[in-house]
Amino acid sequence: MTTLDYSDIGKVIPRVLREDETTPTVFTEPQPPIKLDRRQFLKLTGLVGGGLMLSFAPLRKVRAQDGTVFSPNVFVKIDAEGILLYAPNPEIGQGVKTSLPMMLAEELDVAWEDVRVVQAPIDRAYGGQFAGGSMSTPTSWEPLRTAGATARHMLVEAAAQKWQVSADTLSTQNSMVKHASSNREISYRELAADAAKIAVPSRESIKFKDPKQYRLLGKRITGVDNDAIVRGKPLFGIDQMLPGLKYAVYQKCPAIGGTVKSANLDEVKKMPGVLQAGVLEGTGNAMEVLPGVFIIADSTWAAFQAKRALKVEWDENNASKDSWSETVTQASKLVEQAGNRTVDTGDVDAAFAANERQAEGYYKYFFVSHAPLEPQNCTAMFKDGELELWAPTQTPTWGMGPAARAAGIDQSKVKLNQLRCGGGFGRRLYNDFMCEAAAIAKNYPGVPVKLQWTREDDISYDLFRGGGFHKLRGCVDEQGKVVGWHNRHATITGDQGIGSGQFPMGMVDNLRVEHTGIDWKHRCAAWRAPGSNVFGFVLMSFLHELAHAGGRDHRDVLLELLGEERLMNRGGMHTGRAAACVKLATEKAGWTNKKEGRGLGVAFYYSHAGHIAEVAEVSVGDVEGTVTNRQGKSVQKRSLKVHKVTVAADVGPIINLSGAENQVQGSVVDGLSTMVDLAITFENGRVQETNFDKYRMLRMGETPEVEVHFINTGEHSPTGLGEPAFPPLAPAVGNAIFDACGYRVRTLPISEEGFYLV
Amino acid sequence: MKVSVNNTTHDLTGIDPSTPLLWVLRDHLNLVGTKFGCGISQCGACTVLIDDTAVKSCIYPISAVGDKDVTTIEGLASDEEELTPLQQAWVDVDVAQCGYCQAGQIMATEALLRENPNPTDADINTALAGHLCRCGTYLRVREAVKVAAKHRS
Ligand code: FES
Ligand code: FES
Repeated sequence: MTTLDYSDIGKVIPRVLREDETTPTVFTEPQPPIKLDRRQFLKLTGLVGGGLMLSFAPLRKVRAQDGTVFSPNVFVKIDAEGILLYAPNPEIGQGVKTSLPMMLAEELDVAWEDVRVVQAPIDRAYGGQFAGGSMSTPTSWEPLRTAGATARHMLVEAAAQKWQVSADTLSTQNSMVKHASSNREISYRELAADAAKIAVPSRESIKFKDPKQYRLLGKRITGVDNDAIVRGKPLFGIDQMLPGLKYAVYQKCPAIGGTVKSANLDEVKKMPGVLQAGVLEGTGNAMEVLPGVFIIADSTWAAFQAKRALKVEWDENNASKDSWSETVTQASKLVEQAGNRTVDTGDVDAAFAANERQAEGYYKYFFVSHAPLEPQNCTAMFKDGELELWAPTQTPTWGMGPAARAAGIDQSKVKLNQLRCGGGFGRRLYNDFMCEAAAIAKNYPGVPVKLQWTREDDISYDLFRGGGFHKLRGCVDEQGKVVGWHNRHATITGDQGIGSGQFPMGMVDNLRVEHTGIDWKHRCAAWRAPGSNVFGFVLMSFLHELAHAGGRDHRDVLLELLGEERLMNRGGMHTGRAAACVKLATEKAGWTNKKEGRGLGVAFYYSHAGHIAEVAEVSVGDVEGTVTNRQGKSVQKRSLKVHKVTVAADVGPIINLSGAENQVQGSVVDGLSTMVDLAITFENGRVQETNFDKYRMLRMGETPEVEVHFINTGEHSPTGLGEPAFPPLAPAVGNAIFDACGYRVRTLPISEEGFYLV
Repeated sequence: MKVSVNNTTHDLTGIDPSTPLLWVLRDHLNLVGTKFGCGISQCGACTVLIDDTAVKSCIYPISAVGDKDVTTIEGLASDEEELTPLQQAWVDVDVAQCGYCQAGQIMATEALLRENPNPTDADINTALAGHLCRCGTYLRVREAVKVAAKHRS
């Protein structure tokens, strides 16, 4: 019955946000100030704490009639009642709903207790409203400080006019303007109406604070939604309630790309609570709507039960036949053949001919899933040719066009309400769930419908971090210096493989990288620290192998490789900042003073503008017999205890110390969890691990102590922390395992090599 | 069929008795603080108290509640009241990243502290072993449990 062709799914690999790629477009065009009248203001402040029954009012149309609201830009609103700051970007657990308004508040010079923070509506005036590539912090730093400082400047001007004094004689602190010589002070709220009459000054006339005067930035601030979180208030996408809400599920072919031949719709429609069921042909775009069967019911449970009873006959002619076990066999041959040369500097062959001290290793990593704890969901209402969405997405503005297409309407007819995301990790950069909700709502017009994926849906139809295979060879000279490096690798087609951006490219004189693509039907895409999350393990583990081959201390080799202080010709990595991280992490971890029976391993990685070194302290148990791994091989079983991970990070100045530390701790936990036991395998085109019983994340008892040190030289702007602390963890732990027991782990997850966490 | 949730009795006439408590709370009683993560008792996001015991509500049929009292995250402190020491500890330690797992972790802690007001690290690890935090906030959860224990005593 379907006419669309899904034979190409594997090649429609979505755009992967990598730090060595072009920065996504950020809208910065100036917009007219937006003002609110009193009722509007109260309605918005009522949203604090997550009153999701209210929808955002159309801000642009509202103009203050009485001029009592001071709103020099879209980020700040002050009136006699209070101070409202808008958090522009999606909150996915990376803390930007708190840290971005802190930038505003610092330059505005308000007391944090006086501020209420709300999620901004989706509007071009806010610039690029997305959460990806650890970009929120660096792209907001300038505009948000400007917005805050501009407002402060105008409030000071208003006070100067009121008191008939020069603005230079005034100072601000804690939401007050002060005139020291006359001992007068006035609150921002009292000044709001006057400040609203002041012309917005030019950017050039605005001065930022000296960082030494910061009162808020760098402090520990608890998340602005924490009160709502601990009270269990509605906050997340899945919590969206609307009058008359109905519940939908959507079943796609488990072998991705399959189309619907037939389904027992009549039977399903008769089940209790079921309101509607039907087939969607899909939009022909694997990132939007794949073919499947939707069911709408009067409760989530009724919909889940109906989905269980649903029987679909799939046409699998063009469906996935992906098989991990076959791929493992093929790949070992692929890496023996020459691939596409992506990097080739110096004379690699001559280097290997001239230097006998060599090392070789075959590394591989399985697929993994994003598995954010909130399964994908989206609420949609299609009414009178217009579509309204309530979505937990990382990229609201990128999703609206595809959602409009899925509903067959123009994008101008779509309104999106951004909701908090229960985790992202890159999964919610892609809005297939939103498109499905739009298409289903179109089939049930006039009624709000919440599409809920089960956990099995969430993992089975993820956009995975692809697996890969690397054959590495390297050589060191008489002094143990790394002089030759050859990396042949096979990864999923569409992923460009190791580019010149990955460390240590550009640091070894003779270096060659060859890449071969493996065709894959299931979708693969950006996963926390794309590229770096696996290349970091391979490259930084192999560097340790070379250090060992040269009989040298790994830390020394790492520092030697970084060499003299310089800015590398790629995305901002600075060897001096890198070396400082390596030195600090090793020093704090007791590198030269190792505890009895422990292994120490270090790794450095630069990704998403963050310089981060990590040292892992581990102990490895004795061999306890054998265990059969996922590949059916018998391997020696050993316990691994990661006692402590010491992190030294240079991401410039820290905005929110509590949030920043939380990101690093979380990245370490995620890094360890993923490296030890997480793997997705495929057979006959189907994902084999579809829930947490088979996809086993790390739990509390296995969590190491994490010590975090931030380096801030004062010379750099802040950069993001959602991703860069992830890549160094796996190689640091792998290197520590080698240090502890002499065994080199070369497979992720390392449970494939018999290790289990204690 | 009637159930008592957060000291309010609800009439559930017409609801399939095999419906898991999780979905009755979320879809029928509008108590969405209790979260859905896996549906198979693996992640703990759906944890509520039945009397003093922490249970995974995603696999707990509503018919099994009987005349016991259900307490959800919304039942710890009502909107008007101050936060309980347990909730306040969570805010003070700034535990949450995405926050999605936290209601479950808090409810499991409530059950733990009712039974064991002074838990060791090992006690906490055991009590919370059934709870996944995809964001990796385990260190802070454990710290918050200890802060809460101190404030409650
Ligand atoms: S949703 Fe109940 S344990 Fe995961
Ligand atoms: S805070 Fe995100 S899952 Fe725990």
